[in-house]
Amino acid sequence: MTMAPERIDLRVELLIDQRWFAVCDLTDLIPGRGVAALLPDGSQVAVFLDRAGRPYAIDNRDPFTGAYVLSRGLLGSADGRPFVASPLLKQRFDLETGRCLDDETVTVQAYATRAGDVMSAQVA
Amino acid sequence: MTKSAPKSETATPTIVLVGHGMVGQRFLEALADRGVTSRARVVVLCEEPRPAYDRVQLTSYFSGRTADDLSMVEDGFMERHGIELHLGDPAEAIDRAARTVTARSGLTVTYDTLVLATGSYPFVPPVHGKDSAGCFVYRTVEDLLAIEEYAKDRATGTVVGGGLLGLEAAGALKGLGLTTHIVEFNARLMALQVDEGGGAALRRTVEDMGLIVHTGVGGKEIIADTGGAVTAMALSDGSSIDTDLVIFSAGVRPRDQLARDCGLDVGERGGITVDERCRTSDPAVYAIGECALTADGRVYGLVAPGYEMAQTVADDLAAVDCEGFTGADTSTKLKLLGVDVASFGDAHGTADGCLDVVYSDARAGVYKKLVVGAGGELLGGVLVGDAESYGMLRPLTGSVPPVAPEQLVLPAGLGAPAALGPSALPDDAVICSCHNVTKGSIRSAVTDHGCATVPEVKKCTKAGTGCGSCVKTLTTLVNDELEASGISVDKGLCGCFGYTRAELYEIVRTLRITTYARLLEGHGREEARSGDGCEVCKPAVGSIIASLAPTLGTSGYVLDGEQAALQDTNDHFLANLQRNGSYSIVPRIPGGEITPEKLIVIGEIARDFGLYTKITGGQRIDLFGARVDQLPVIWAKLVDAGFESGHAYGKALRTVKSCVGQTWCRYGVQDSVRMAIDLELRYRGLRSPHKLKSAVSGCARECAEARGKDFGVIATAAGWNLYVGGNGGAEPRHADLLAQDLNDEELIRLIDRFLMFYIRTADRLERTSAWLERIEGGLDHVRDVVVHDSLGLCAELEALMADHVAGYRDEWAETINDPERLRRFVSFVNAPESPDPTVAFVPERDQVKPDLTLLSGPTIPVRTARTLEGTSSR
Ligand code: SRM
Ligand SMILES: Cc1cc2nc3c(=O)[nH]c(=O)nc-3n(C[C@H](O)[C@H](O)[C@H](O)COP(=O)(O)OP(=O)(O)OC[C@H]3O[C@@H](n4cnc5c(N)ncnc54)[C@H](O)[C@@H]3O)c2cc1C
Ligand code: SF4
Ligand code: FES
Repeated sequence: MTMAPERIDLRVELLIDQRWFAVCDLTDLIPGRGVAALLPDGSQVAVFLDRAGRPYAIDNRDPFTGAYVLSRGLLGSADGRPFVASPLLKQRFDLETGRCLDDETVTVQAYATRAGDVMSAQVA
Repeated sequence: MTKSAPKSETATPTIVLVGHGMVGQRFLEALADRGVTSRARVVVLCEEPRPAYDRVQLTSYFSGRTADDLSMVEDGFMERHGIELHLGDPAEAIDRAARTVTARSGLTVTYDTLVLATGSYPFVPPVHGKDSAGCFVYRTVEDLLAIEEYAKDRATGTVVGGGLLGLEAAGALKGLGLTTHIVEFNARLMALQVDEGGGAALRRTVEDMGLIVHTGVGGKEIIADTGGAVTAMALSDGSSIDTDLVIFSAGVRPRDQLARDCGLDVGERGGITVDERCRTSDPAVYAIGECALTADGRVYGLVAPGYEMAQTVADDLAAVDCEGFTGADTSTKLKLLGVDVASFGDAHGTADGCLDVVYSDARAGVYKKLVVGAGGELLGGVLVGDAESYGMLRPLTGSVPPVAPEQLVLPAGLGAPAALGPSALPDDAVICSCHNVTKGSIRSAVTDHGCATVPEVKKCTKAGTGCGSCVKTLTTLVNDELEASGISVDKGLCGCFGYTRAELYEIVRTLRITTYARLLEGHGREEARSGDGCEVCKPAVGSIIASLAPTLGTSGYVLDGEQAALQDTNDHFLANLQRNGSYSIVPRIPGGEITPEKLIVIGEIARDFGLYTKITGGQRIDLFGARVDQLPVIWAKLVDAGFESGHAYGKALRTVKSCVGQTWCRYGVQDSVRMAIDLELRYRGLRSPHKLKSAVSGCARECAEARGKDFGVIATAAGWNLYVGGNGGAEPRHADLLAQDLNDEELIRLIDRFLMFYIRTADRLERTSAWLERIEGGLDHVRDVVVHDSLGLCAELEALMADHVAGYRDEWAETINDPERLRRFVSFVNAPESPDPTVAFVPERDQVKPDLTLLSGPTIPVRTARTLEGTSSR
């Protein structure tokens, strides 16, 4: 895989308890896909990069099946907002808010994320 | 047998229907529609062993439709309406004084109303020897079964009668592989429907197909051997034809015996005499369909007039006002032996002062004639070889066409002005003559009943559900109407692309686009161009690029570069995701053939990694419960033992199942295992709109279930028969015969073309079965394209497949040898050594199953924080 030189050395960080926590290098991410990462408390997050180079993070657990797989879903955008579709039963989750687009009653946690000065929108 | 709860004999009247054919069933539906079935007891006596089926489509039995496919009775119809149906129990006597009907079983029913719908019987000329073994008629499913069986090891067949049905029967015999003769007493084929010029064009085309036509002669005698089996037929001109089988198709006669026996009026030349309400000479008895001699003095041998009669009687019984039956259109359009033939209106030009407008191209086998009245009105016509304009012309009959008649028969491109569209038709023009549906009713289905698709309109109006010849015009009308009401018909793939999958394929192929990004930026919907695409178009485009990769000269490896981001999750990890986040592994086992050594390797791997093993429905072995980080290790062992990816995760070729075949089986006539392996190795890795499955059976017993596959191969003594468009799953469909008795090379060439044509034109996630039913022209069109090369595409399709075959590489072998590609196979990016603790198992039946209790809680902490130290925050 080719790496854009300016991406080297950039760390992807999540805001956890008011502190930035680095989960991986930007080069670990493929635009349009995700990876799973462990947080210090042992919980799992799914970290994504969209085609514009912006990182996002939400819970890795798919609330519909209980399986820890959201990181393996496909990214897309609807009305200009990025989402991930669960690889199991395809429900979509907004990457900025964690809200499920196919079931209003379901939300997963979303994390503020940054890579260098590129940052995902603040979580409401 | 369907028995409804007994209704009180005194209060509810009893309607008895004799004959459950096409018209009989339509009558029952009309009764149900009008609510009559809920207030009357309805008893049906059916002579045949099965409920009503589509006799018009009878011949399609030979091209793969089953007797069940042909059924006209919706599941549960009889039960729902409390109709008592007695199969295989014909009426034998009617006592009009006592108002009873007695059936063969002895069952006697007292009726208030009796409806005779006994149809016709094929007329067999009284020639000597007509009862020899090998003589058949062509009317019922049983007839076809008997012909098929008898034809098995016979070489030559003869059809007596060159009319519509005779040609159809001849086509069927030819399809069964027999040398086929047609003997017609008249000077031309289809004398009833077409004129001399049309007959000549038809004959030329039929002869070009290898059928032998004898016109102006009759069969004089059937010659049989000592065992009583047909060997030849002597003709009236003194010559004779050696033949093993004879089908009589010399016209039909109304079945009016029952009516004669009970003293009802019948016509001089047969047919039960009825009035405009279809009442016989006894007001309690009706006759409908082919057995009736109607008020206009005719016996109709077509189904549409019969339907009208059925409706007339139902109206009468429901006390609904109706026009009655005074006559019907006998227009027909048929595809006989692949030749379009249509005749409509006054095809023979019998009206005073009428003139013919004729276009004829003997070389192309096209003949078109229009009969135009003195006032310029279109009276009728004959079309042979090109009946495209039938859908337009028939509804125009009786009116003065909006353009000069010559322009209606000239082929496009020969100075014909822009083709006349159905929009030019008046609202009362009949679009579907099978169901007598006008343009007005179709328009109102869209505007008043809110139908938004052609299938909805079909369901609502029944238009297009008979012979199917009107579907093209119907589709144009529905789309025009939708557009006129401001409903745009968006055929786009998804919110990101306004193009269909097939259009995107063409764009990628011709503009040689190798990335999703370029395709989206250059050809996506304006509003989606800068976005991230979606989960619908990404895998679809990924698949298009992958199937064209060898030809575009780009990497076919699905995890490279941007391609990786497009793949569905299964393709992304080259394995199938299971409910607890673990994966299953399916190594390819071509043709289902496997050595003991390989079985042992699979067993050892499963044991060492604690995987659940199961034999799949596709003749291979699935290993379940691998964690994502175990996939590469497991595959390294599998590749080492000579296994390859089985693509169980991809929209790609899955398996080619095989039966054991000639090598071992006492019935086998070809080596089905070898062929299955050859096919599986040839098409492995081929990305397509949906998964592809295949099977090869060693003889007609079909143990490999090839007809349930996208492309299925069945051995014959002479080679292979190729069937396409089969499907298991939720909507099973038997594959249709595409070509027969192919040698190995012909078989493979044809499959190459078929698959590439499918990949090129199908919608996303459209299996071959749905595709075949959707595309215009259906199987015939596909056969034209891939067998007769009607679009001149075959060379290109073959080249595309050759590229695929040459470019194939095993995805797993490529993956395990490349550290960069292996990076994704970890549970956690920041803790590559930690296994995912939520993927755990509990025992079941000596193996394992997912531990789902782990997944039910809100979150599960992972106790491997030591691995995180290096990445803690700044
Ligand atoms: C493993 C297997 C069941 C088994 O244990 O036997 C299986 C398992 C699945 N089938 Fe199947 N099918 C399996 C044989 C079949 C068969 C039998 C056959 O191929 O002869 C059929 C009917 C034949 C057919 O496809 O026409 C079959 C018809 C389906 C369908 C319905 C397809 C349709 O057109 O209606 C689906 C759903 C789909 O693909 O959209 C499906 C989908 C699936 C999926 C992919 C469902 C899913 O999304 O998770 C399952 C994933 C398998 C996995 O995770 O490994 N599976 N599936 C079989 C694997 C065969 C193989 O060796 O590759
Ligand atoms: C191969 C073929 C192709 C055709 N193609 C076309 C076409 O393209 N277009 C078209 O319009 N028409 C076509 N026809 C004609 C069409 O099938 C008939 O017009 C239609 O079937 C007539 O319907 P029916 O109900 O009157 O008769 P049938 O469908 O023949 O039904 C009559 C039923 O009554 C049963 N019966 C008879 N006597 C008794 C009794 N005593 N007791 C109980 N049951 C009895 C018979 O067994 C039969 O099942 C074709 C026919 C054939 C054979
Ligand atoms: S399909 Fe024919 S050859 Fe194959 S196993 Fe069955 S009976 Fe034998
Ligand atoms: S004309 Fe036969 S289905 Fe419409």
